[in-house]
Order: sequence, then C-alpha cells, then structure tokens
Amino acid sequence: MARNSEVSPHIGKLSKSQLFAKKGLYKRKHAAPAAAPAPAATTVTKTIGGKANGTSRVLPVTRAPAFYPSDDVRAPKLNRKTLKPTKLRSTITPGTVLILLAGRFRGKRVVFLKQLEGGLLLVTGPFKVNGVPVRRVNQTYVIATSTKVDLAGLEVDAKFNDAYFAKPAANNRAGTEAAFFKDGEKKVFPADKAADQKTLDKAVLAAVAKTPNLAKYLGATFGLTNGQYPHLLKF
Amino acid sequence: MSAPQSSESTFKRYVEVGRVVLISDGPCAGKLATIVEIIDHNRALIDGPLTGVPRQSFAYRRLVLTPFVLTKLTRAASTPIVKKVFEASDVLAKWEKSAWAQRRAAMEKRRSTSDFERFEIMLLKKQRRRVVQLAGAKAKKSA
Repeated sequence: MARNSEVSPHIGKLSKSQLFAKKGLYKRKHAAPAAAPAPAATTVTKTIGGKANGTSRVLPVTRAPAFYPSDDVRAPKLNRKTLKPTKLRSTITPGTVLILLAGRFRGKRVVFLKQLEGGLLLVTGPFKVNGVPVRRVNQTYVIATSTKVDLAGLEVDAKFNDAYFAKPAANNRAGTEAAFFKDGEKKVFPADKAADQKTLDKAVLAAVAKTPNLAKYLGATFGLTNGQYPHLLKF
Repeated sequence: MSAPQSSESTFKRYVEVGRVVLISDGPCAGKLATIVEIIDHNRALIDGPLTGVPRQSFAYRRLVLTPFVLTKLTRAASTPIVKKVFEASDVLAKWEKSAWAQRRAAMEKRRSTSDFERFEIMLLKKQRRRVVQLAGAKAKKSA
C-alpha cells in the first residue's frame, strides 16, 4: 500500500474511496472492454468419399503432436535486455583532439568529428598532417585531451556513415591456381574516397592552422617517458 | 613559549604563538595560517583570516612550520586582531616571494599541464638547447 499506511497488519488507514481520491484514479481513462474476438474454429467438418466411410467426418484443425519429449524441458527465461545508444563521454565534443590507444594508428593524435549511429567515433588525422584517414574509432580505446580545434559550423557530410566504411563483400574463395601465384597487384585507393578525404580535411586544416604548433602536435606521436604515469597526467 | 637561547639547538623553527604555518592536508591544504594558542603536545589553535582558514584546532602533524613569525601577536588573540597583525607584518607578500612558495607554484603548474602544453614546452626546450649548444660550440672554437 504505497499511498496508504497501515493501522494494523492488513488494515489500511484510508478507506477504498479515500484511497481512490488520493491516488487520483478519477483521472484514469476507462477503456471499454474490447469485444472478445470470435473464437477460432477448432474442428472442421470434411466430406469424405467411399461408400462405407460415412459422408462426412469432424476433424480437428490442428492435429495432436505425434511425439512428446520424455522429460519436461524447462523453457528458457525471457531476455529483457534492451539495447541503448552508446553514451558519448562528456569530454568528447566535435573538434576535440583524441589520442588513439590501439589499432593501426596507435599513439596518433586525431581530431574528433562526430559520433556515428552505431556508436563509433568519426575521426580524421587530418590525413595530410599525420596520415590518419577519415576513420571510425571506438570510444573506449581513446584518450580525450583538453585541446579542442574550433570546428564551429562544420557540417560533416552525411555520406560518412557506417555503410560508407563497410568492407566490400569477399569475392571468389576458390581462385584459379594462376591467380593464386600471381604477384598481388597494387590495390588502388578509390579516387572518390580520396576526394571525400580532401574536401572533409579542408575545413579541419583551416581550423588547425589557426593555433600555432597545433599541426606539429597532431603530427607527433604520443608516448610516456620515465616518471610519467597516466593516472597522474592531466590530458 | 619563546625560542631557547641554546647555541647547540639544531632547531630553528619553533611551535610558538605567532608562528606562520602551511597546512599540508584537508580542505585548507596549501594555505597559510598562524598559531594563536597551543592546546597540548599534539594540537594548536590556528587561524588564517586573510587566507580563508577558519579558526580551529589543528594537529601539528598536519602542519609545516614556515620561517615566518608574527612576533607582535599575543596569546589567544581574537580573529580580528590576528587579521590586523597579519596584514601589518606583510607575511603573505614575503611568503609569495620566497623560493619555497615559488617552487610550490611551479610544481602545481607542471602537474596541471595539458598534453598540448607539454608538447609546446618540449619545443621550447629544444629551441633553448639549440641556442645554448650553438653558443657553446662557438665559444669552444674561438677558445
């Protein structure tokens, strides 16, 4: 009895009508009870041939199972977990310089652009500065520094989404013998993606150039020296 | 209790009324205060009206004695009196000028540098090193 208190076990202080008023149940909308759906037919009358079989027979619509398991198996519990969008750390805002801690570009300092729908962070080197292309990166493998690049008014093109970074489906597994032994041809980086990189980086580079030494900073790799402890460093 | 006159005494700073102390821990850590009264062998009554330290009993182990003393301060003086004497003695200005206080400030600054600031410091150190090495090499050559 949440809105009530007990005078004695199982005896509430407020009466039923008093409780009704206190809980504001008069505000509750009363839905008319839904008309019961017409009960599904469980049997079907079918006509059958044959002289001695009678003219029709009443048969069940769904037959009883022919097999029952010997032991009663327990049904698995319902999963009530709901997937929620990944929370972005409050220290990470568009323009923040991040330090990548893992992956191909570990140690590199990159500029954060936006969070994608899948929860990953969209970052760029910029490419000209440190060789990091526009890329997705996981928040957990990143240190957010307090340095921010002023990206006010930068509209990241909507084409940069999770689908843009999807790997092309792997083609023919069973290649020919000749193809197997052929020296791998240099994979050409698609020209349209290179153009995308250029247009995206243009605005970022302009903003980076405003702060002295910032381009050098982004080009440098992060490392710890003797006496530096990450839990004591201020980033 | 005035400082003993003994010449063999290895102690230079004494716990006495008027001794300016630096608080080492707690919410007032890093602030200056004055010993107003000695309570017992463990605690003293301290007060720092100009530095934002409320009048309270404080354990000696949580204090560090500074070389400054407010000689004009009487035992168990009230907060307004302490304030007057503190201001007149100009201890705060002397403290800020001291190497001790400046070293503390420098360490605080160093500990609070951001990653970018550390990078800029590294660039400046390299510049300075270059200038020094060039001058040194030149001097060596001409010597």
